[in-house]
Amino acid sequence: MSDRPFSAAAGIEPPFAWLRAVFASPTAGSPKGLITKFLEWFGDLGIFFWRVVRAGVTPPFEFRELFRQLDEIGSKSLPLVALAGAAIGVVLSMETRYSLTRFGAKSLLPAAIVFSVVHDIGPIITGLVASGRVGAGIGAELASMKVSEQIDAIEASAVNPYRLLASTRILACILMLPLLTLAADFCALLMGWVAMTLVEPISLHQFINSGFKGTGFNDFLPPTFKTAVFGLIIGLTACFQGMRTKGGAEGVGRAATSSVVLSSLFVILADVVLVKVIIIFFP
Amino acid sequence: MTTTDPITMQRGQTREDGVAPVIGVENLHKSFGSQKVLNGISLAVGRGETLAVLGRSGTGKSVLLRIIIGLETPDSGSVRIYGEDIAGLALDRLGKIRMRMGFLFQQAALYDSLTVVQNVAFPLEHHRREMSSSEQSGRVRELLEEVGMEAALDKMPSDLSGGMQKRVALARALALQPDILLLDEPTAGLDPISSNEICDLVLKLQKEHHMASIVVTHDLHSAKTIAGRLALLNEGIVVIEGTFEELQNSDLEFVKDFLKNS
Repeated sequence: MSDRPFSAAAGIEPPFAWLRAVFASPTAGSPKGLITKFLEWFGDLGIFFWRVVRAGVTPPFEFRELFRQLDEIGSKSLPLVALAGAAIGVVLSMETRYSLTRFGAKSLLPAAIVFSVVHDIGPIITGLVASGRVGAGIGAELASMKVSEQIDAIEASAVNPYRLLASTRILACILMLPLLTLAADFCALLMGWVAMTLVEPISLHQFINSGFKGTGFNDFLPPTFKTAVFGLIIGLTACFQGMRTKGGAEGVGRAATSSVVLSSLFVILADVVLVKVIIIFFP
Repeated sequence: MTTTDPITMQRGQTREDGVAPVIGVENLHKSFGSQKVLNGISLAVGRGETLAVLGRSGTGKSVLLRIIIGLETPDSGSVRIYGEDIAGLALDRLGKIRMRMGFLFQQAALYDSLTVVQNVAFPLEHHRREMSSSEQSGRVRELLEEVGMEAALDKMPSDLSGGMQKRVALARALALQPDILLLDEPTAGLDPISSNEICDLVLKLQKEHHMASIVVTHDLHSAKTIAGRLALLNEGIVVIEGTFEELQNSDLEFVKDFLKNS
C-alpha cells in the first residue's frame, strides 16, 4: 500500500488532510493508524512535558537564556500584538456602533467595547498572534537546531536540552503572554476610543468612566491571566514539534507549520474551556 | 569488579586494577525498524589509544559513536566507560560521564546563533561556573590557538569554511579537557589539504592529551594517519581489527576490496 493513499495527483483533498500533514507519519495511512498516531502524539507530548518540568525545577537554572527568551518572545512580539489590538479596537468600535444604534442602545458603546476587549477579544487575539509569531519562531529554530545536530551537541556537552531550550522558552511564553495581553487591551481600547470619537466626539475621560463603570477586577484579571495558559500551550507545542523534527529543510518547514496550526487550535479550544471555568469561579 | 568511580577519578588517573579499558563495547545490537545497523559489535579502547572505525557509508559507524556517548540507546549489548555501563543511567550521572568525553560531529554542529568564542565557551559556562569570565576567556583563547583559529574569535559559524568549522568544533570538544575523544568523520567534505591539516591537528592533540579516541571514517588515509589500530565494519559486524599492516595482509575478500577501492 502506498504511503500516500489519498493521491494528490487526483486533485481530491481528503477529509482531515491537514491533520494528516500535521501528524505526518508514513504509518498513519488508515483511520486506525491516524487515531493511533494521534494518541501516540499526546502520549509523547505528556512525556515531553514531564521531562521539561523536571528539568526546569532542578538546578542549575538557565537565567541568562530565560532573559534572552523574555526579550525575544515579549519585546519583539509587542509591536505586532499592539498593532493587532489597535486594528481590532477600530473594527470593534465601528461594528458595535452599527449594532447598538440599530437596537437603540448607543450609549452602551464604551461599555460594550471595554467589556468585549477585556473579557475575550484582547486575550484571544494575543494568543493567536503569539501562536503565529512565537510558535513559528520557536518551532523553526528548534527544528533547525535538531536537524543540524546542534541539540545533540548540547546533549553531548552534558547540558540538558530540555532545561536550556524548552523550559526557558515555555516559561518565557507563560510570563509574557499576560503582559502582551495588557498591551493589546490598551491599544484596542485606545484605538476604539479614537474610532468612536472620530464619528461622535467623546473625551477619553468620559469614555473610560462610561466604559469601566460596573467593571471590576473579576472582569479584568482572570481573562488576562488565562493567557498564561495560552503561553504554556504555545511554548509547549512549539518546543515539542521543534525538538522531535526529523528530516532536513522539509522537516523544519513542517515543524514551523505544525507549531502554528496546533498551538492556534489548542489556544482556541483552551479558550472555550477557560471561559467556562472563569464564569464558574468568577461569576 | 573494581570499585573505582569513573566520575570522581582524577583526569589521567588509571583504574586500580589497570585492566578495564576506557571504552568497552560488548556485543552491541541496534536496529531502526526492520533495518539492522549493528549486529553484535565488540570493541575496546585503552588510555592514549586511538581506534579508527572504517566501513562503507550506512554501516552504522556514526550510530556506534552516538551509542557510546548516549545519544542513542542500543537494542542489546553494553557500552562501558571506565567499566561503568552507561545504559539506564540517570541523566545527571550520564552527564558527568559525558563531561569526560569530547565529541566532534560530522557536520561540526556549531551553535549557529553564537560566535566562535561563545561556541567554545559554551561547555565552560555550563560546567566550569567556578571559573571567572577572564579565566574562561583565557581558556577559550588557548583552545582556539591550539587548533589554529585564534584569528576567528568573533566570527559566526556561517562565516567559516568546513575545515575551520571542524577546528572550532574540535576546540569546543576539548574545552572540558576530556579523557575520551570521539570523532565522527573528521575529514568528511574537506579538500585534501584541509583534510591533512585536520589529521595532523588530531594527531598532535592526541599526543599532547593522551586521550582514548575513536575515529569513525571511510577515509583510509586519515584512518592510518590518526589511528594505531583499525576496525573494519561490514553489515553491522567487525570484519577485521588490527594495525594497517594486518589489514593489508588479510586474505578476506571484503578487506582486500575495501583497501583496493580506498
